[in-house]
Amino acid sequence: MRLKFTVYSHGFNKVAWENAERVPMNKPGSIQLPQTVLSERTQAAEPVVEAIKPPSIVRSFLQSKSSGKVADGTFWGLMIVCALSIFLIVLLILSVLVVNSKLSIHTFGWKFFTSSSWDPNSGDFGALPFIWGTVVSSLLAVCMAVPLALCVSIFLLEICPLWLRGPIAFLTELLAAIPSVIYGLWAIFILVPIMRDNVGPVLQKYLGWTGFFGGSNFGVGMLTASVILAIMIFPVISSISRDVMKAVPIHQREAALALGATRWEMIRMSVLRNARIGIVGSVILGLGRALGETMAVTMVIGNHPDISKSLFAPATTLASVIANEFSEATGDLYLSALIEIGLALFLVTIVVNGIARLLVWAVTRGNTARAA
Amino acid sequence: MGSLPVRSATSERLSSLRRSAANHLVTTLAILSTVVVLVPLVAILGYLIYKGASSLNLAFFTHVPAPVGQPGGGMANAIVGSGVILGLASLLGIPVGIGAGVYLAEYGQGRLFGNIIRFTADVLNGVPSIVMGMAAYALIVAKQQHFSAFAGGIALAIMMVPTITRTTEEMLATVPHAVREAALGLGIPKWRTVISVSLRTASPGIITGCMLAFARVAGETAPLLFTAFGNQFWSFNLNQPIAALPLQIFVYAVSPYDEWHRLAWAGALVLIAMIMISVTLVRIFANRGALKGGH
Repeated sequence: MRLKFTVYSHGFNKVAWENAERVPMNKPGSIQLPQTVLSERTQAAEPVVEAIKPPSIVRSFLQSKSSGKVADGTFWGLMIVCALSIFLIVLLILSVLVVNSKLSIHTFGWKFFTSSSWDPNSGDFGALPFIWGTVVSSLLAVCMAVPLALCVSIFLLEICPLWLRGPIAFLTELLAAIPSVIYGLWAIFILVPIMRDNVGPVLQKYLGWTGFFGGSNFGVGMLTASVILAIMIFPVISSISRDVMKAVPIHQREAALALGATRWEMIRMSVLRNARIGIVGSVILGLGRALGETMAVTMVIGNHPDISKSLFAPATTLASVIANEFSEATGDLYLSALIEIGLALFLVTIVVNGIARLLVWAVTRGNTARAA
Repeated sequence: MGSLPVRSATSERLSSLRRSAANHLVTTLAILSTVVVLVPLVAILGYLIYKGASSLNLAFFTHVPAPVGQPGGGMANAIVGSGVILGLASLLGIPVGIGAGVYLAEYGQGRLFGNIIRFTADVLNGVPSIVMGMAAYALIVAKQQHFSAFAGGIALAIMMVPTITRTTEEMLATVPHAVREAALGLGIPKWRTVISVSLRTASPGIITGCMLAFARVAGETAPLLFTAFGNQFWSFNLNQPIAALPLQIFVYAVSPYDEWHRLAWAGALVLIAMIMISVTLVRIFANRGALKGGH
């Protein structure tokens, strides 16, 4: 059998035609036709008989292979290089941080993470105040953001009328699109005065006895940083926990309702219970975001390397000390101490994010409804 | 089967009251917290527009920053600088991101290597931006002994890759297998199938993913602090420090001068507007292109 339809193509290539005749028909990849057929299929159907210019070297080389084998191999190679580059980037970052912080690692050892002195003048560095600042501000932010985020997810999925769901979901996603530096700008000029003049005195009056709200309140400090962090990580927790809750099969809900459960009982027993692993994952993802958040925190936390019980007191985080001091660091030891802080931040966020991703995957994997 | 415990009518009533009370309480809480969350959003956007719009003027778009103490000045060089850095980052990041996504969706499904890459991309997505800046500093700036726009572009490009990879993969996964099989059945080589069939079918979603990544890095400040570094003057040289809008906003926001605060608000409004406009424009173009290109 001959392939009749080829001759209708405009750019009919004689060499390709002869090659196509020679190859056995049972190898689908070996036929030359479709490239010309596809690109020219809208052309008027008239056979072209005049000679075509000879094919280029590259083209005839490809054709001599009788299929797209070479092109296929090259394409596959390119794609796998791209994929590998992601892996290599992570390795590269890791190695570059390790190499550059070697001096500090050798000088201080593990004491780096337990010492609380930070004195660039005498060359004595310890990261404890920054670890304290990072951990406390992130945990506080998570404590504030999680209940709100879960309530909003429940509202959007189970309570909200359908016409309102889209706009509210869009608005909460919009929070994620605002750059960190703009949160910081807003916090400096709006949030800090509010915390200083309105929220702070109230907390001091009623909760001052706990000792967490003692001392002078400048508006700039741990509490303000936690509030802005909570606002920033809310969209992360909310959108992922919503995805996870959506993945709970609808018949779980129907079963609970059919047994006479109220709406809250249905949410508690079928939605939250089934999605709990993924919800924990979303919370940890939010925590990971809070741990590494730099600009907004730097702008309102006060940047003072002190460990204080009071949440009004200025503090510093791992990320903000890098932002503040890295470009002014003089001396190799100072620089390498800062890079070691970066390395610690990198490793911690990798572990935190890795755990969170695994938890979220455990729930949403295999759920085709989400992809569609 | 054992007998059910017998309950009195009053305890039955009480329990049902309690249950419905709990139900109403949670409903109210959910609605309240939604309102609470929307307050800062409205406050931030509203205040940004109010302050930004009242501080914007033509000089902002045409002048370079004025020296301390002098009124006036603008951020023209920072706007252009941001464009240069973002253009460089997109040029480097988008092809790599799409390529990796294509690998994951078309070649790496269900393979260990594919899963490792997928996991690495997710983890890379969560690495703090300041660490990216630090790595770019150690890799490029420290070697060259000077700050450069190029280093900033690389740092941002690395941040774009994982987002683009994962959305590309997800979008390619939605392309029906029958379409691919039809193309392969016609004898089209795999690479051609991927480019002309899979990628083209999924292109609107992939472009959206690229825009998401772009919007995310457009406002990034931390990776630029010690790579692009900022510049008070015009610079188009990729090998020199360059100004960037987010950097300039940061510097002005933490400064003690009212005039600079005003400029910071204006800069913030322009930054948000630039992000929104570029995202919308590309979407419109992409839609039109897809309509034209689709047979």
